[in-house]
Amino acid sequence: MKATQINDLIAVNEFCVNHDIEIAFITLLQQNGLIETSIIESKCFVEKEQLPQLEKFVRFYYDLDINLEGIETISYLLQRIENMQNEIVVLKNRLRLYEG
Amino acid sequence: MNFIDYYKILGIDKNATAGDIKKAYRKQARKYHPDLNPNDADAKKNFQQINEANEVLSDPEKRKKYDKYGKDWQHAEQFENAKQYQEQSSHFSGQKYSRAQSGSDFSDFFESMFGGSANAGRSRQVKFRGEDYRAQLQLNLTDAYKTHKQTLSANGKNIRITIPAGIENGQTIKIAGHGGTGINGGPNGDLYITFSIANHPGIKRLGNDLYTHVDLELYTAVLGGEITLDTLSGKVKLKVKPETQNGSKVKLKGKGFPVYKKDGQFGDLYITYTVKIPTHLTERQKSLFTELSKS
Repeated sequence: MKATQINDLIAVNEFCVNHDIEIAFITLLQQNGLIETSIIESKCFVEKEQLPQLEKFVRFYYDLDINLEGIETISYLLQRIENMQNEIVVLKNRLRLYEG
Repeated sequence: MNFIDYYKILGIDKNATAGDIKKAYRKQARKYHPDLNPNDADAKKNFQQINEANEVLSDPEKRKKYDKYGKDWQHAEQFENAKQYQEQSSHFSGQKYSRAQSGSDFSDFFESMFGGSANAGRSRQVKFRGEDYRAQLQLNLTDAYKTHKQTLSANGKNIRITIPAGIENGQTIKIAGHGGTGINGGPNGDLYITFSIANHPGIKRLGNDLYTHVDLELYTAVLGGEITLDTLSGKVKLKVKPETQNGSKVKLKGKGFPVYKKDGQFGDLYITYTVKIPTHLTERQKSLFTELSKS
């Protein structure tokens, strides 16, 4: 388990107020393993590095009307796209070795 | 500047209700949203068009203006003057909410008809993180070999970044907070820089290992000797063992590329020997080779 500095945590409560969303949505994401939360002194936090991902889920749910099952599927497929894009970069570099 | 058919973009007809527009927008947005199409410039462009279409058609005022003057957008100014007159007559102004869209993302056609600002009746005032920017930076292999600083211009500001030694071709680094400005007080987006590292004449890189070819005199290949080699870290003296074959490879451990963000760690340098057969032999040399061939 990695240690997290308190400065690297965002209060879920604050995030929900700023984004005008329900805390229940964050709880659902956490229960489905899409984000990780930490409880410190009975307050719920998310790590700062999860923020872009969390905001993406908010856009999916509230702006694009995608339900949780959809978010879960999309999240998995996006991860696959990212892995494949990285693999393409590695393969292109390998190809340069033989072409250049 | 060409007329843009917003109805066609959203795939609806002119009689579409507000509900139809919302439904069509969401359907198209799910297809082209940048979050769902990472690193896809075409999808981003399509999404901007869909947003623009929705911006106009979901706002009754803008839709009315578009329907009336769309094809004759040059005359929209008259409509604007009339609207301004109406607004001046009224003491009330409804609060408008900003969308997660900056004016610069709209077409010239939109700007011409509706001006730069994009306001729509959105019920939820949300703080949005600014847009992430992506840029490409060209480096030479020798630049990528050493940790160095470079000044870039992003979002109208100069930022000085440190590029760690060992960066890969196609690798992307994130400069937090140097993307687009946040909306409604939201945080700034990030700047992503993808490095494009040019090939180096004579040296090829694969991961942290380097590959090069070295020409070897026939006599050195046969009898062995010492050669001096130019590497990215400077000149290296190398012993060649006797009877070295053409195409044989040697590995110089730790003389390859620096490992990204791991100080003091390097890949290896692989050398392939190409034995050069001497040309323009003298009669004496030819006779010595003949003698050798008979021994």
